[in-house]
Amino acid sequence: MFGFTALELARMQFAFTMAFHILFPAITIGLASYLAVLELCWLRSRRQVYLDLYHHWLPIFAVCFGMGVVSGLVMAYQFGTNWSQFSQFAGSVTGPLLAYEVLTAFFLEAGFLGVMLFGWRKVGPGLHFLATCMVAAGTLISATWILASNSWMQTPRGVAISAGRVVPQDWLAIIFNPSFPYRLAHMSVAAFLSTALMVGAAGAWHLLRGHQSPAVRTMLSMAMWLLAIVAPIQALIGDLHGSNTMRYQPAKLAAIEGHWGEAPGVPAPPGGVPLILFGLPDMAQESTRYAVAVPHLGSLILTHTWDGQFPGLKQFPPRDRPPSPIVFWSFRVMVGLGLAMVALGWWSLLLRRSGALYRQRAFLRCALWMAPAGLLAVLAGWITTEVGRQPWVVHGMLRTADAVAPHAAGALAFTLCLFVAGYLFVFGVGIAYVLRLILVGPRPSTMGPAGPQRNGQADWQARPARPLSAAPAAPSAPSPAEHRED
Amino acid sequence: MDLAIVWALIIFFAVYMYVVADGFDLGIGLLFPFFTSREERDAMMNTVAPVWDGNETWLVLGGAGLLAAFPLAYSIILTALFLPLSLMLLGLIFRGVAFEFRFKAVGWERPVWDAAFIGGSVLAAFCQGVVLGAYLDGIKVAGTVYVGGAFDWFAPFPLFCGLGVLIAYTLLGSAWLIMKTTGPLQQRMLGIAHIAALALAAALAVVSAWTPMRQPQVAARWFSLPNLLWLAPVPLLVAACLWWLLHELDTLVRSHAGAGPPARRPRQYPVFLAALGLVFLAYCGMAISIWPNIVPPTVSIWTAAAPPQSQRFTLVGTLLILPFILGYTAWSYHVFRGKVELGEGYH
Repeated sequence: MFGFTALELARMQFAFTMAFHILFPAITIGLASYLAVLELCWLRSRRQVYLDLYHHWLPIFAVCFGMGVVSGLVMAYQFGTNWSQFSQFAGSVTGPLLAYEVLTAFFLEAGFLGVMLFGWRKVGPGLHFLATCMVAAGTLISATWILASNSWMQTPRGVAISAGRVVPQDWLAIIFNPSFPYRLAHMSVAAFLSTALMVGAAGAWHLLRGHQSPAVRTMLSMAMWLLAIVAPIQALIGDLHGSNTMRYQPAKLAAIEGHWGEAPGVPAPPGGVPLILFGLPDMAQESTRYAVAVPHLGSLILTHTWDGQFPGLKQFPPRDRPPSPIVFWSFRVMVGLGLAMVALGWWSLLLRRSGALYRQRAFLRCALWMAPAGLLAVLAGWITTEVGRQPWVVHGMLRTADAVAPHAAGALAFTLCLFVAGYLFVFGVGIAYVLRLILVGPRPSTMGPAGPQRNGQADWQARPARPLSAAPAAPSAPSPAEHRED
Repeated sequence: MDLAIVWALIIFFAVYMYVVADGFDLGIGLLFPFFTSREERDAMMNTVAPVWDGNETWLVLGGAGLLAAFPLAYSIILTALFLPLSLMLLGLIFRGVAFEFRFKAVGWERPVWDAAFIGGSVLAAFCQGVVLGAYLDGIKVAGTVYVGGAFDWFAPFPLFCGLGVLIAYTLLGSAWLIMKTTGPLQQRMLGIAHIAALALAAALAVVSAWTPMRQPQVAARWFSLPNLLWLAPVPLLVAACLWWLLHELDTLVRSHAGAGPPARRPRQYPVFLAALGLVFLAYCGMAISIWPNIVPPTVSIWTAAAPPQSQRFTLVGTLLILPFILGYTAWSYHVFRGKVELGEGYH
């Protein structure tokens, strides 16, 4: 169908649905923790600004969370509908990890989400804060399990293969496989950075428009603090993650670096491995063309020595090589965006000293442009790690080509078209709603803590039933005065 | 006890929880076309807005549990029913986001999300019924691989089961709304529930006659001695549940008409309980028909079982955590207990 094989169509569908899905957890992991921090700040200081920010970001969280849930449901079933051979082979490992994710994370999030979104007047402040914390914890627990599963596919440990399927031998080794701690840290921090950039950009947009409210300033300030401190830490985690990849997935690392090296048995030339900044890796010619390289820097970054060697792609048979042109560039996009985040964070520190943080337009404009940088970096990073694992789906154990379900290309093309059309419409509109909510900006919230009549029917009727209607963006939205309910 | 049997019971439980929990909120989508005013629709949606997400999580548990405990069944069933399942997922996407988007929409956008909610609910519910029917009808397997076609599910029996699930969810939805609403909205639900209950009874009768006619092993399971005596309570209980449901509906109808004893407001929840019972019995009947297969008609729960290391590891967590899940889910329902009134929240 359209010249694609069934395998290619199945991969396209997985990549497409996965790329959309990953964006929403990345935002909700960060936003849930941000909301928990805001609520804690409010409970401790009772400063109005934290309450306003909480109620500003809550409906945005709700929309993103809803999109994350429905797009995640697709993932849970796609392993069976499109990758049945993978499920038969590795389901005895990925299934239990997914089941634990459902039990410890999905239910926790869903169980407390209702109270978090609609329970402001139904339960006391302490209990409401607990609900927020449970949802935030749920998002992080969820990330832990799914990254354990993904990391196991990258660096499988603790299993034996018997009768064409993996048999778990040691669950601790399976979960705490070599790449898991690095991937978990890298992804969780990436989620926080993505959220900080989004929140910071929202603050910058309002400041550029001259909305100088304390809530807007606090929003930008909190985001920039996080960026300044966490973006450099992320660079460090990334470096450690890279060393881990060199050790356990050397072919992936060579593809990322565009480093071809010498064929097996041929000694490497002296002088260390250069770092190729830019170039065009060519799989057929086994070289990286037009390479702009810095001598010794590759050795220095990866082996932390001047002349250290690491294997090039020629060390691996052609059928075991990941497609270097893709991961070479996706990696550079990720790193470039990461460096830009560090720069923005440190710039904000300089401006704080001179007191120009909320005024300097060049900085605010940069912060605004950087709004999607975190999410783009997440996508680029995932492309790097997943494409870099090819041609394997479970590294060294099962090839992607052997994992796919036996469907005809026509049926796969049909569902792919449906998913593309459905996703673009639903999530396109969803993102537009999120932007609309952000652009309204934080408003004075009159939603105080649950009062003495909190168990009565009256307050349930008096307050907006939905957080979305509580932060109206529509032209017909009520003014803040109408919004009052006490 | 045998690990495979324990796991079959857990998945049986998770799928039942899904069917009743998402059943009533999918049912609300099915009932939307009969209620056109914005206030009524808002009230209907608000009855499930805080809990729908948790309801849907049972479906994920069913899928993940199946993958963990019976990976072979997961891969065969999902491959065989790839098309209706994909359509179901799309339906669930549209109706799921409608919960959030509908209250965010302005002007012309709102009817779009109303339609998405209705269309998504109908598509998801119908596809679930088709999946159920195709599953009961048997899946063609050679060794460990599905060998049927992509459109095997497009047959009279699965399509009829699609209709049956639409009816069952309509009943659950209307029974839920009888419990959660008041006034004219509730009154109209009484009439709908009455029709849906009778239609469901008819659909169950058709499935009960059709399945053994098509599959001799199902006939043997139910109609041979001594099974006949052991299993006789199932149809009898169905009849009792149906009578109870109709009786409670009648009580509520008479109280609306002012004919009942004025001293006491009739209880609102028995209709819902009776609907749950009816669905539970039908669901048990299907399980009895296919037992001990997990991919009817050939693959048993023991053939499809994951290695014991996987089943045991997951079982420990499941048995420890499930009580907490049921606890805080019950708490969440408790927080949002009581009736939802028209127009509430839009002052």
